[in-house]
Amino acid sequence: MFTVIGERINTTLKKVKAAVEVRDDGYIREDVRKQTEAGATYIDVNGGARIGHEEEDMRWLLEVVQEATELPLCLDSPDPAVLEMAYGLVKKKPMINSISLEKDRFEPMINYLQGKECRIIALCMDDSGMPKTVDDIVSRAVSLVAELEKIGFARDDIFIDPLIQPMSVDVTNGQTAMEAIKRIMTELEGVHTTGGLSNISYGLPQRRIINRCFLAMMISHGFDSAIMDPLDRDIMAMTVTADMLAGNDQFCMNYIKAVRAEKIVA
Amino acid sequence: MSDLQNITQTLISGDGAALRGLVEEALGAGVSAGEILQDGLIAGMDIVGERMESGEMFIPEVLMAAQAMGESVEILKPLLAEGESSTAGKVILGTVKGDLHDIGKNLVVMMMESAGFDVIDLGVDVDPEKFVEAIKENKPDIVGISALLTTTMPMMKKSIDSIEESGLRNNLKIIVGGAPVNQAFADEIGADGYAPDAGAASKMAKAMYA
Repeated sequence: MFTVIGERINTTLKKVKAAVEVRDDGYIREDVRKQTEAGATYIDVNGGARIGHEEEDMRWLLEVVQEATELPLCLDSPDPAVLEMAYGLVKKKPMINSISLEKDRFEPMINYLQGKECRIIALCMDDSGMPKTVDDIVSRAVSLVAELEKIGFARDDIFIDPLIQPMSVDVTNGQTAMEAIKRIMTELEGVHTTGGLSNISYGLPQRRIINRCFLAMMISHGFDSAIMDPLDRDIMAMTVTADMLAGNDQFCMNYIKAVRAEKIVA
Repeated sequence: MSDLQNITQTLISGDGAALRGLVEEALGAGVSAGEILQDGLIAGMDIVGERMESGEMFIPEVLMAAQAMGESVEILKPLLAEGESSTAGKVILGTVKGDLHDIGKNLVVMMMESAGFDVIDLGVDVDPEKFVEAIKENKPDIVGISALLTTTMPMMKKSIDSIEESGLRNNLKIIVGGAPVNQAFADEIGADGYAPDAGAASKMAKAMYA
């Protein structure tokens, strides 16, 4: 089944930042409850926007979020020290966002991950920057998987993020992402792929339409997770439907259930 | 004058072939290359920048206009008098250390070049010392620093501090931009300006240089 990583608890979002500043736990709890109800698989928690407050913000957020949901969390921070603290506070096996091949980030993250019980988002980024071609993306994915397997990660716990880039600057960017997904899912059998969808629509109008359509096309190439907004009813309906059409939904039961729950209304 | 208005409108539409035709025609009619550049093309890119800022034009349209402009400037270059092509001043641009995202910065490079600035693009992952060296070497009027990640925002302050400490801040304006940056942050770290997008950055640079 498609893994929905709910992206809404992120202090770069104005409302969340304000709620964290004044410790408004009601706001956070309500948002997490809604994401859970809408069908999120993980709740991403990113408390990194208030420079200098990252650790205390994260600690507070984790407590509030875990009161509001039984879902596992996706811990989002570039700082292994913050992740270490967060890892000690979660009740369920978390997902960690993220590792990449950038030198400054790779070593500390590998050291941090060694021996941890978690899933991991792996970005196809290295010190030469954003990947330019399908081969770039796939070869970085191969290196990441090899390194993570070396320290004991199962493929089922690895989520490769191919780094989706905007259509507005290059009309081949959608095709590049889709081909990369297809190759990663076949050449690295057993891993998952994920990513932030909305990058694709940067610089274009009516972005949500692009995000929804792109998600369906990505799913047809094997994409099986996304970092997205579960409160966007249309994109959630699109996710369940596309996943069914791609043959991932036995007897179409998830689709039918979603219709019965009135989550899909045509 | 009507010829130049036609050039301006065609540039905005992004039709490169038509624009080249009009530029050749204007040259044939005796309009100077400098005038075509300044009052036709750069005037057009100013409008493109404004429309980008207001949301009327989208990035692909801006790129088309810039590409059309670039092709026409190639025609004009050999005809421009010495110094005439870069009248707007010198700008150094770069993405801070630790940040490898260059889409926004590349758009700023393009808009600034189209506005007539002489642009030195330092690329991504630029060390504070590298900014300092480039300023010493090139003596720009304006420095633009971008960041896309919240985690690299503190590096903006470090870059500005390094420039300050090297005593290079006099006669130099610093603009910052990028997704997580806002005016309050720009003020906090001592930048001279904050630009929310490439159109605004170019307009701000022009206002600062004027």
